[in-house]
Amino acid sequence: MIMIRELARSIREYKKLSIMTPILISLEVVIECIIPFITANLVNEIKNGCDLNTIIQYGMILILMAFLSLAFGGIAGTTSATAACGFAKNLRKDMFYSIQNYSFENIDKFLTSSLITRMTTDVTNVQNAYMMLIRVAVRAPLMLIFAFVMAFVMGGRMAWILLVVVPILAIGLGLVIYKTFPLFRKVFTKYDALNKSIQENIKGMRVVKSFVREDYEQKKFEAAAEDVCADFTKAERILALNGPLMQFCIYVVMIFVLSFGSYTIITSRGLAFDIGQFSALLTYNFMILSSLMMLSMVFVMITLAGESAKRIVEVLNEKSTLINPENPIYEVKDGSITFENVSFKYSKKAERMALSNINLQIKSGETIGIIGGTGSSKTSLIQLIPRLYDATEGVVKVGGIDVRHYDLDTLRNQVAVVLQKNILFSGTIKENLRWGNKDATDEELVEACKLACADEFISQFPKGYDTYVEQGGANLSGGQKQRLCIARALLKKPKILILDDSTSAVDTKTDAKIRKAFREYIPETTKIIIAQRIASVEDADRIIVMDKGTITGIGTHKELLATNAIYQEIYYSQNKAGDQNDNSSN
Amino acid sequence: MTIHPTKNRKSIILRLFKTIVEFYPIMFPAVILFIIFNAIIGSIPAVFMQNIIELIEQNWQTGDWDAVSGKILSLVGILVVFYVLSLASGYAYNQMMAIITQGTLKKFRVKMFNRMQTLPIKYVDTNNHGDIMSYYTNDIDTLRQLISQSFPQLLVSSITVISVFSIMIYYCLWLTLVVVIGVIIMLFVTKKVGGGSAKYFIKQQKALGHLEGFVEEMMNGQKVIKVFCHENESKADFDKINDSLFNDARAANRYANILGPILNNIGNILYVFVAISGGILLISNVPNVSISGITMGISIVVPFLNMTKQFVGNINQVSHQINAVVMGIAGAQRIFDLMDEEPEQDNGYVTLVNVREENGQLIECKERTGIWAWKHPHSDGSVTYTKLTGDVRLFNVDFEYEPGETILHDVSLYAKPGQKVAFVGATGAGKTTITNLLNRFYDIADGKIRYDGININKIKKSDLRRAIGMVLQDTNLFTGTVMDNIRYGKLDATDEECIAAAKLVGADDFITRLPNGYHTMLTENGANLSQGQRQLISIARAAVADPPVMILDEATSSIDTRTEAIVQRGMDALMKDRTVFVIAHRLSTVKNSDVIIVLDHGRIIERGNHEELIAKKGQYYQLYTGAFELE
Repeated sequence: MIMIRELARSIREYKKLSIMTPILISLEVVIECIIPFITANLVNEIKNGCDLNTIIQYGMILILMAFLSLAFGGIAGTTSATAACGFAKNLRKDMFYSIQNYSFENIDKFLTSSLITRMTTDVTNVQNAYMMLIRVAVRAPLMLIFAFVMAFVMGGRMAWILLVVVPILAIGLGLVIYKTFPLFRKVFTKYDALNKSIQENIKGMRVVKSFVREDYEQKKFEAAAEDVCADFTKAERILALNGPLMQFCIYVVMIFVLSFGSYTIITSRGLAFDIGQFSALLTYNFMILSSLMMLSMVFVMITLAGESAKRIVEVLNEKSTLINPENPIYEVKDGSITFENVSFKYSKKAERMALSNINLQIKSGETIGIIGGTGSSKTSLIQLIPRLYDATEGVVKVGGIDVRHYDLDTLRNQVAVVLQKNILFSGTIKENLRWGNKDATDEELVEACKLACADEFISQFPKGYDTYVEQGGANLSGGQKQRLCIARALLKKPKILILDDSTSAVDTKTDAKIRKAFREYIPETTKIIIAQRIASVEDADRIIVMDKGTITGIGTHKELLATNAIYQEIYYSQNKAGDQNDNSSN
Repeated sequence: MTIHPTKNRKSIILRLFKTIVEFYPIMFPAVILFIIFNAIIGSIPAVFMQNIIELIEQNWQTGDWDAVSGKILSLVGILVVFYVLSLASGYAYNQMMAIITQGTLKKFRVKMFNRMQTLPIKYVDTNNHGDIMSYYTNDIDTLRQLISQSFPQLLVSSITVISVFSIMIYYCLWLTLVVVIGVIIMLFVTKKVGGGSAKYFIKQQKALGHLEGFVEEMMNGQKVIKVFCHENESKADFDKINDSLFNDARAANRYANILGPILNNIGNILYVFVAISGGILLISNVPNVSISGITMGISIVVPFLNMTKQFVGNINQVSHQINAVVMGIAGAQRIFDLMDEEPEQDNGYVTLVNVREENGQLIECKERTGIWAWKHPHSDGSVTYTKLTGDVRLFNVDFEYEPGETILHDVSLYAKPGQKVAFVGATGAGKTTITNLLNRFYDIADGKIRYDGININKIKKSDLRRAIGMVLQDTNLFTGTVMDNIRYGKLDATDEECIAAAKLVGADDFITRLPNGYHTMLTENGANLSQGQRQLISIARAAVADPPVMILDEATSSIDTRTEAIVQRGMDALMKDRTVFVIAHRLSTVKNSDVIIVLDHGRIIERGNHEELIAKKGQYYQLYTGAFELE
């Protein structure tokens, strides 16, 4: 119920059309039910040998009815299409907007592929169910009631047979749904797994071929496909009982009416029941049974869409774990950073702290290197500075003020992070760079690229800064991507610049050149550099050595080399190779 | 998805039916017969009903039930028989249709999958993976609708239409003419409106794909969006795409929704016209033209009105299927396209066999001896055996992915058994390309590659690939246990062999620490493992296969120094006593190589061992000292 209310919130401007549709449909149904009346009378008139004028009179009424019905039906078709598609549009929009407001913690929770399915397949399911709901869910019961009433009015005693047949059909349909539902649910899971295995095979085709495992893969797939097919067939065969069941009910009524009805007509000399009633009863019987069928279809569709609705609501209901403060501060004074007794874990449920008890003072304009093995929480540490995550305990301050007091956009514009998993978007180099500052002039772009040593390769491209970057930057090398990402961050003109392992694919010479440019051209900016290579942090003002979520040492290269065991280990493992080289070439 | 010209459509439908008949040579024709039988049986009761009604009409004023009860009850009895037959055939065809539909889908899936396994690697390289996937999901789904619903519906409707039409002509040509004109109008409207609907449904599909692509890119870069406070821009971009999807979806659904009311009411109006025409005919005494020769009368007009209703109802039913049919044909077309892809050609005749050595002679044998030899049949009928040693030579090899775009120029090199050859060079220099050629993922344009002195074009591809192991840059693991994944290298390997391989490459240590050790389930390409751990498993997988030649394509993604050292040790263990080609993305692996080949734009510009190349102070020296980027 709460779920439905949550979804319904996205109907918004389509509420009017959503309400109009059932009304129009009801009008259409009423006319549709009146038309058989009139045609029946017309037939009677013709039978009684009426003149052409009567026929034309009836004809005019019928044509008028047809136009009315067409108008109602046509308008309802348009309103329902607009309402359902508009609802779907709003759902997608709300989901996307909601995701845009997610914090990093929220993003970590969902797989990209699952978010995409929710925004496409799931929304389409809900859209179809919604259209069903506003069209058929009104039409079918209305038909049912109308036909029932008419059957009793027209058929009199004969109509009691319906009380036998309708429950049979209802129970039958119910049983079919009851039986097939769990089956379908099960088989859809298997079907997903089957499709995943195809995906795996496509991605791993080189492995398959190089190990000559084509036959093995074929057998594996055939078995899985057979399994899915068997389950689907089982479910579909039960579902296929619907048609014959409906037929059976119609036939029972037919036989009953033809035998018992004939008896009644003849014995009562047409008083209790006449031929007109006779055929009307059969018509209404058909109407009742087919609206029951329709209802069961609506029921199935809506229940199936329920799963999709649940997944959509999950996205909509996910509230960002980071919220802007009430009276935010819109100015960051300088690039100083303070960590006071900071501890952090990624989720409330996590057993281990990713960072524990960090105390740190960084002065504005300082260059800080951070080094440590995988899992030592280097990235966790810097992510707290632009408030990508909130510290679990303790306070992180930027410019002397708790980061939680800043306006989020202000803070993040002043603290530029080049993420480890850096991503470029499809579009030209210029467009990508302008992510940093959408009003940047071409000169500013070139300037930033020169600082990041990106201009040297960009200017070699035939189209220069208008070169098209393919999705994920597929047409650029790793080092080129990294340098573009740095330039993009520089364009923000931040007070603090953080590079999270952002020069790993850049050659050492260029790496050094970039750092030199930083020193000379943006001296006031606080620079934090996470690196795997000692060479990348050697010349920093101070280097932080991290291990298992704690800081084990802070100091200059020389100091750490003398005192810090982990630093020494990393240093020697990276320089041993060089020594060997010297020995062997001697 | 594209709409195909009518002529093409017909051939696709024909082929689809042929294929289904091939799948179900008895059941499918049987189902067609049952459907036809069911449709005919279903229309007969109307005749008996008419008889009963006539009997009542003649007798109701008498009030004498006994006089007619015999006749009526026997007619009802006949009806019961027909109903039972109809139910039986209805049940039978519905059940069979369920079996055929799912079975056909399965067979199509398996056929596509099997065909996909035989396609050259180029197919996977050049086609979008999402597109390939949609053969198995979207296109198969459209077929399901087409086979299970549209096809029986169309069959039933056309039989009904034909039989009703015959009866109409039998009764009265004039009124038939009125109905025919109405039907032509209905068909025209169906084509216009229904065609519009199908057009927009296909547009909607495209718009949905566009939205999907956009969302995927944004979701992947979501953290970058946050860091750059780019949320509002991406919202604005999304709104544009979302709105265009809305427009197409609305148009598609609107057309589909209004088709029913339009046809229904054309039907109603047609009904009126038939009634009026009937009246005119009755009054004006126009001579009736019909097969039956019956004179015009009320007994013709009234059933005609009912038949008009039936006619219109069926055309309405058919029109509901038009979307499904158009989309189903497009789906079938794509499925056939995949099934028609040219499989990888293999004219190799040199095979890999087990041998034992007797008096310096190689004798072929069935049992596993651990010694392998190339069995080379010659044109004169003689067969020679060459021991598998792992000697690989390239002679003046040229290669191009696309004609005219030469990737490799005149590459010559050799690797003696047990030697290590490393390829070094910038992105696009052609390092990975060379490895694609050794196992014939791609065929060279010019030159020769010999394995143990045999031209690899003569070697059966499967045997050539068995003789060359690969550890790829991007690790691909399959859903299954760790053990299953290692065993992938050698399907009949015992658990002990797999564990030994893992130990050899240093993977045993972390595997035994996993929650279920070797029986830990891996899903989503080993999402629960680290990059380094995944690599170690893929190295173990190659180790258990134990081929004499290995191609190692180093991972490019950065892993930390410690893990890298472990992976490196694993690689070293794997390389021992094998001919190895290393594609170096970092230089740490390269130094111990016997030969280092420096590539630039598809040409070998330097070769030699580490010391020689360093002394030379050329390109390699530049790379090694970090003056150039490797990636």
